[in-house]
Amino acid sequence: MIDALSTTLTWVSVAAAVWALVLVVAHRPPLPGRADGNAFLGLLGVIEVALLVQAVLGFIRLVTADHEVDGLQFGGYLLGALLILPLAVFWSFAERTRWGTAVLVVGALVVPVMIVRLNQIWDARA
Amino acid sequence: MPETDQRTATRSGPGRLLIAVYAIFALAACARSGVQIAAHFGRAPLAYALSAVAAVVYVVATVCLARGSRTSRRVAVVSCAVELVGVLAVGTASVLAPSAFPDATVWSVFGKGYGFVPLVLPVLGLLWIRRTAMSTVDHSAG
Repeated sequence: MIDALSTTLTWVSVAAAVWALVLVVAHRPPLPGRADGNAFLGLLGVIEVALLVQAVLGFIRLVTADHEVDGLQFGGYLLGALLILPLAVFWSFAERTRWGTAVLVVGALVVPVMIVRLNQIWDARA
Repeated sequence: MPETDQRTATRSGPGRLLIAVYAIFALAACARSGVQIAAHFGRAPLAYALSAVAAVVYVVATVCLARGSRTSRRVAVVSCAVELVGVLAVGTASVLAPSAFPDATVWSVFGKGYGFVPLVLPVLGLLWIRRTAMSTVDHSAG
């Protein structure tokens, strides 16, 4: 269940990064209140909620794990992933330029990287 | 005129993206070194101490680049320089004497585990501070 969620999250986050890159090229910051801006920010919101679900499921999985998992690292990545998008949006919105929007590209790309690391930590036999 | 104000210069334009990447590394390095030191400091004290130093340097660089005052800029130059020396020294040492680094740090093998971004970041930081210093008027002088 969580694997399907993680895989979906990975690709949706990559899609969000590509979308943000298009916004950088088009010089169109995703302003709230404009239809395309709302759609993009809505997608980030959906990703954030899914990350929250992943964190809850991840901790349940951690306590019921059938093998040794580095709980500190695993938990750290589960919770750390929740910080990325809100911080990226906050930092990006302070400057509505291409560079500000580029922050969203980086933020959206960090999420899949963290999910890959999560899976590596889960699979590593301690 | 915000564009010509040195206080905001380091965090606008390309600086905004640079600081975002710095913040990610500050977060990653802090979390990594926190876990390493809390869980098993005795296993590789040298590597873990260096991880902690790297974490502090990234946090200082992030905050100073974002603040952009005269003092912050000076501190940022120092921390970027320490970072560059650190990644080169630890990178070289980890290649020549891998046994001294049984567990990885952010700077091991010149930051290979992080796509070599740790090697590029301090160079970009120093260039950016220099560029904003040359193209701006310092209103905070005096």
